[in-house]
Amino acid sequence: MSNQFHIQDWVKIKNGEIFNSGKLIFESTEKELTLFLKECYEFLEIKYPKFHKMDGLSKLGILGSEIIFRKNKSTKDTALVISNNASSLENDKQFQESTKTFASPALFVYTLPNIVLGEISIKYKLQSENAFFISEDFNAGLLKDYSESLLSSEKTSSVLCGWLDLQNGEYDVFLCLVSKEKNIPFSEESLKKLYCAENDKPTHRT
Amino acid sequence: MKKLYLLEDAIISPLGFSTKENIQAIREGKSGLKLQKPKFTENQFFAGIIDEILLNRAFSEIGSIEKFTKLEKMILLAVKQVLDKNKNLDLSETALILTTTKGNIDLLKEPGDFPESRLKLSELGKVVANFFVFKQTPIILSNACISGGLGLAVARRLGNSGIFKNAIVVGADLVSDFVISGFNSFQALSPEACKPFSKERDGISLGEAAAAMLVSFDQPQNSANISLIGDASANDANHISGPSRTGEGLYKSIQKALKEASISAEKVGFLSAHGTATVYNDEMESIAFHRSGLQEVPIHSLKGFYGHTLGASALLESIITKHSMLNNELFASKNFGELGVSKSLNIIQSNKHKEIYYALKTASGFGGCNLALVFKAEKE
Repeated sequence: MSNQFHIQDWVKIKNGEIFNSGKLIFESTEKELTLFLKECYEFLEIKYPKFHKMDGLSKLGILGSEIIFRKNKSTKDTALVISNNASSLENDKQFQESTKTFASPALFVYTLPNIVLGEISIKYKLQSENAFFISEDFNAGLLKDYSESLLSSEKTSSVLCGWLDLQNGEYDVFLCLVSKEKNIPFSEESLKKLYCAENDKPTHRT
Repeated sequence: MKKLYLLEDAIISPLGFSTKENIQAIREGKSGLKLQKPKFTENQFFAGIIDEILLNRAFSEIGSIEKFTKLEKMILLAVKQVLDKNKNLDLSETALILTTTKGNIDLLKEPGDFPESRLKLSELGKVVANFFVFKQTPIILSNACISGGLGLAVARRLGNSGIFKNAIVVGADLVSDFVISGFNSFQALSPEACKPFSKERDGISLGEAAAAMLVSFDQPQNSANISLIGDASANDANHISGPSRTGEGLYKSIQKALKEASISAEKVGFLSAHGTATVYNDEMESIAFHRSGLQEVPIHSLKGFYGHTLGASALLESIITKHSMLNNELFASKNFGELGVSKSLNIIQSNKHKEIYYALKTASGFGGCNLALVFKAEKE
């Protein structure tokens, strides 16, 4: 059953570099997160003003998705199965800080990790299955098992799955598109291999 | 996909520290919502908050009260009750699926003696897994206000391929200053106890609870049992904090879940709605239910009893639904006055006896997510 589905395309954003299916497509020395995200946005010529009001996690999600969905057409039922370590903690801290003066509704709305799934759904018009898992490290087994269950039960025909983590200004994004279309067989091993390919360390830790 | 049987369950809430106590309180029409003195909000509000003295008293029988956060104590008590009634459960074959929106978020402001890492949801998972010596790495899901119900769907989907036979699904959240100030900044808190689907509804009341349920693919020996036979979620792709005006995502979820269950809308005997009592949410639900042909189905929201328990709500409400099905009793939708949504609904106004064979549980949340679960009763 596991050979039925394939990884069509993938993207990795980490340490100022963007890789797409193994190829370096963008690099920057910008250390400040907001500025780096803006550079990526301009490089990709996204033209989506809503982007600028989003929190860092959502911006990273939009950048990664844009690279995938520009080349590969999404359908209304393309499911989103994303995980990370820090949940929305980066933004939670900013919201908590705002409560000292005036609690910001604009920050509060981003205090859930699955908001990025909502932002991706709006941008690419996906009315699909969503799940946001939290795990200590990149859990290839869980992503593979859950995505495969959605595909095998025909709840969806494709899944955008991966890792989308942001903490203390450090980001680690790995998204891949999985469907029946032939390319790299979708397995725990191939997920791990692709995720680790451009990483010096297996995952971010605090 | 295989049926997922709903077995032992437990609810820790202001209404009681067991499912039995909770159901008795609902039967008697008691609410856990109480008036809260404004701390940093300008207005008064109602919330369902668990008395910490009572919680510590109950928890001291199973562990040290200083070593765990309030949320952890609620979760551990709930899971302990479920495990105590299933002493032969093999924990190496049992998954732990923990669902929450904010976990120990109260530690962000007041960490006390806990390390900063305790804020992390993965740490919360470890605390629970280690306490009971679960062998598998806990599966943690944080998907806004559908989390607890989606946990049941995740258990069915993952378990269907044979990775595990049984799972304990947990849903839990706190009424923290963090969420109070957040919902207050949205002007979403009602100054009174919330009134789902009513004309006078003007916002939510928050609540806290931990709910736990053992689920299994093995058919139980009991003569009557309840199983999950259809599940679907769908995003509105419309707005991250406001519900869709057409109820699109919820409508889609309901259609898909009914299709998977191979039943038509007429077969649904009871509908446990999300019903948060915000103007827009309840209106959206009425539109989605109408589009689905569910306007005649007896329906309630439990938010008048518990407030909105966020990540716990859809699991807690599924547990109450399960017992409604087993006991053939429908509970009134508390604080309902006059219908205040544009589409007609059959709101349950007083407790009733009714045989229920199929029930539908729905939930919606921030990020535009929606969920529908179809439960089936098999009775002798």
